Amino acid sequence: MLGYIDKIREIGERLFTDGKVDVVIGFAKGSMPMMNEPMMARSSGDLQKMVWDGNCGINLANYLTNRKEKIGIVAKGCDSRNIVTHIIENKIKRDQLYIIGVPCKGMIDRRAISKAVPGEVTEVIETRDSIRVKGRDFDETFDRGDVLQKNCAVCLHRNPVIYDELVADPVVEQTGIDRYEDVRKIDSLSTEEKWRFFDDLLSPCVRCYACRNACPLCYCPTCFVDESKPQWVGKGIDDIDIKTFHFLRAYHCAGRCTDCGSCERSCPVGINMRVLTKKLEMDCKDLFDWEAGLTLDKRPPLDTYRPDDPNNFIK
Amino acid sequence: MTDARHAVRKTGRHQAKANRQLLYKRVESMKVVKIDKKKWDQGLAALKGVYRIFSPVKMKDAFEFKALEENENPDLGGLNTRLSAKGLIYPQTEAMFTYTLDESREDHHIMSPVETDYSPRAVIGLRPCDADAFLLVQRNFDTPQYKDPYWIDAYEATTIVGLACENPCSTCFCTSAGSGPFNETGLDVLMVETKDGYILKSVTPKGESLIAASGWNDEISPEEAQKQIEPLKTAAEQKISSVVETDQLKNKDAMTIYNAPFWDDVAFACINCGTCTFVCPTCWCFDIQDETHKTEGVRMRNWDSCMFPLFTLHGSGHNPRGEKVQRVRQRFMHKLKYYVDKYNDGIQCVGCGRCVRACPVNIDIRKVCSLMNQPENATCAAQS
Amino acid sequence: MQNPYLPYPVRIDEIITETEDKNLKTFKFVFLNKEDEEKFAYRSGQFAELSVTGKGEIPIGIASSPTEKGFVKFTVNKVGLVSTFLHNMKVGDIMGIRGPLGNSYPWEMLEKGKNVVIIGGGFAFTTLRSSIVYMLDPTNRPKFGDIHVIYGARSPGMLLYRDELAKWEARSDINVHITVDGTDDPGWKYNVGFVPAITEKKAPPADENTYAIICGPPVMIKFTQPVLDKQGYGHHNIIMSLENRMKCGIGICGHCNVGKEFVCKDGPVFTLAQLNRMPREY
Repeated sequence: MLGYIDKIREIGERLFTDGKVDVVIGFAKGSMPMMNEPMMARSSGDLQKMVWDGNCGINLANYLTNRKEKIGIVAKGCDSRNIVTHIIENKIKRDQLYIIGVPCKGMIDRRAISKAVPGEVTEVIETRDSIRVKGRDFDETFDRGDVLQKNCAVCLHRNPVIYDELVADPVVEQTGIDRYEDVRKIDSLSTEEKWRFFDDLLSPCVRCYACRNACPLCYCPTCFVDESKPQWVGKGIDDIDIKTFHFLRAYHCAGRCTDCGSCERSCPVGINMRVLTKKLEMDCKDLFDWEAGLTLDKRPPLDTYRPDDPNNFIK
Repeated sequence: MTDARHAVRKTGRHQAKANRQLLYKRVESMKVVKIDKKKWDQGLAALKGVYRIFSPVKMKDAFEFKALEENENPDLGGLNTRLSAKGLIYPQTEAMFTYTLDESREDHHIMSPVETDYSPRAVIGLRPCDADAFLLVQRNFDTPQYKDPYWIDAYEATTIVGLACENPCSTCFCTSAGSGPFNETGLDVLMVETKDGYILKSVTPKGESLIAASGWNDEISPEEAQKQIEPLKTAAEQKISSVVETDQLKNKDAMTIYNAPFWDDVAFACINCGTCTFVCPTCWCFDIQDETHKTEGVRMRNWDSCMFPLFTLHGSGHNPRGEKVQRVRQRFMHKLKYYVDKYNDGIQCVGCGRCVRACPVNIDIRKVCSLMNQPENATCAAQS
Repeated sequence: MQNPYLPYPVRIDEIITETEDKNLKTFKFVFLNKEDEEKFAYRSGQFAELSVTGKGEIPIGIASSPTEKGFVKFTVNKVGLVSTFLHNMKVGDIMGIRGPLGNSYPWEMLEKGKNVVIIGGGFAFTTLRSSIVYMLDPTNRPKFGDIHVIYGARSPGMLLYRDELAKWEARSDINVHITVDGTDDPGWKYNVGFVPAITEKKAPPADENTYAIICGPPVMIKFTQPVLDKQGYGHHNIIMSLENRMKCGIGICGHCNVGKEFVCKDGPVFTLAQLNRMPREY
């Protein structure tokens, strides 16, 4: 995965030279360990700033919404699935895009690493299978597989599902993964236990909306939490309002979420709100045998209606 | 809305007013005491009898400020807290008034003041950068023309015991932002950890009172204290690896920086969440909202963020900062140029580095500040 | 410490529907406590936060004049949550007013015998009405030179304060030029045409003692400013009143910040010379 960048630059340069794109969206090296910054190259010179490593966890499909240019975009498996969703939902046109597909082996969980070492991480050396981290008084090496983002550890679509060109041969997809162990654990709780679980899960929320804004699905011009006529949700840090925001946002993502993990990755207070979206993902799989963003040829289950729907409430 | 969040407490307002005269005067002869670690608990218990104590406490994976319970101790071993100390004086959600719409009540539709508990409180273990931030923010809340009573009463009720920062983070740039790891500005007491305990040095009369109330009385001379503190201070300052140039910001024309070519690149990655503003100790903007349940309601204020499009949206639908790049520019211009021009005393930033660490997409104020400081050198290549 | 967020309680004393589209209503408020009226001593060009209990506050320019005693008046356009609710309130209802807020038109300077040209469009005529009433007060009129007013709306039925306009029009100590974009009323005896065009025809020649005060929709301002430029008005002699989203009204909450200024506290009145040096974020 570390060798991808040469190929990404090569493709990007060709796209600029051939006039196929106006810009290329990818990642620039971050100013801190384990952080990269989404960037837009406007010319081939800018491509030199691009990088590819295990810190490209932000979903770049988020940067496509309603853009008008011709765009080259670097896309790992989850990004590509959100590009599919964006195309289906008319947020971007397929023929505006040149998708530079990146087979992915998972992104690094910077919080897990920070938690596992005794001080501030000041340097990270990434190799194919290991992550070596250094700080003022420590120097430790982890197996990549042990420090993946939680969504990456259970990812079933590491290879892009839609692309114009791949930067490397596809990687082997993971098998034998139980995606929903955490959801079933919450499902098995009593109502009171569930409430306590959600209390604890969401108590640090400061309503900065990083989860919503990092999410490619959350492109509503006015989010329901910002609506004033009528005002659905209070604006303070009352715990019911906070839960309303997170629960409703998850429902809005039902059948659309690809579990890219951008929400959890972006949260400044480390909330794993993915347990909410995953519950709905599991339901969509169980009820409709649906996984989001795998094909351009089929409408998502929640924006279609069939007269023979097995549920009565909808009739 | 739960009652607990908006609990109305009814003591201590006059106490805050009595304290006010004592403020802003630094003591000439500072009292300095040495605390043996064994005597720490004893003094803390004594202080809990006089003050409500707020301190960093490790919660889940991060250090956050909280009110200490009776048997709870501060966790002073962490790096800086995840959220700043801002919320101790200026809570994210704060009741301003209550009202009733019940027309059988004589005062229906008339705002009533909320009685908040402004009895003495002490913050133990906040970093000098956070204390300095209170002084930057004070210019906004405590003006010659208007006084924000909520902020002022809370600030005046608070005695600040700052813990000198011996292990700054790689993202800290306090020394570039007019503060420093051992900076005493804004503190009532400076607390320095030594091999066998702490040294507490009072900086203001409020600090003096706190030391007196603690019962820690192993006094040492200011000269002796200085001898012990100085090498630690030098060592801490040397650990600060981030240096940010701010010297040109004052001289440059605001519109030159505003129209500089780098803003599109700076803003590209931004997702317009409120993270940077919410973790920032010096971001003070708020929204005012009425929340009514049946006939009873609260007029409250909530932290707001210039990153949100709603922040500037007119009733007509016109939005003067409708584009992301305008909002990103606004935040940096406000902190690093407008504030500089308005108060002529440095930037509206203390260099705590929280926004750098918390930004989901790695927008780094240190880089942006450097660009703004030398706008003529900037090309579109802001990311190089 | 006086709490600057605490509104004075008021009672709605009268509601007048001003325009044919019924989107503009003038509310006359009486203070519940007489002493609050004295505390609410204001100048023309200032505004207040109208506090609709349970809904929130909106910043609205004061339409009454300091020379009118016993009440304060505001003309409110129905746009958002608070103003829509206010439009449905009734005479006798209780609410609040917080202010006066902001600077004002520069009366201290204008009262030194300056000529004043008021140019207004649409519903942005409220603080201009306050200013006209103030200047025409018999004790104040001698302090000013010539007074011109150019005021336009889409149609005769969209003009604010029509009765007063007609009375001013008939006076000799003020030159009033009323205009509408268009009308099919055969009895219409005033101008027809956009405000910039009427300004070109009727505005007095520029000199350093003549000041233009402009309030109106952005499109009117956009096309009026070049006319004044052409006539030689200096940018220090063009005075404008801004609007921005506001919450606190006292320069603390940060919403209306433009450059280093707060529109609520440092404004809302700025000269064009000042605005030229500020970002156009209003």
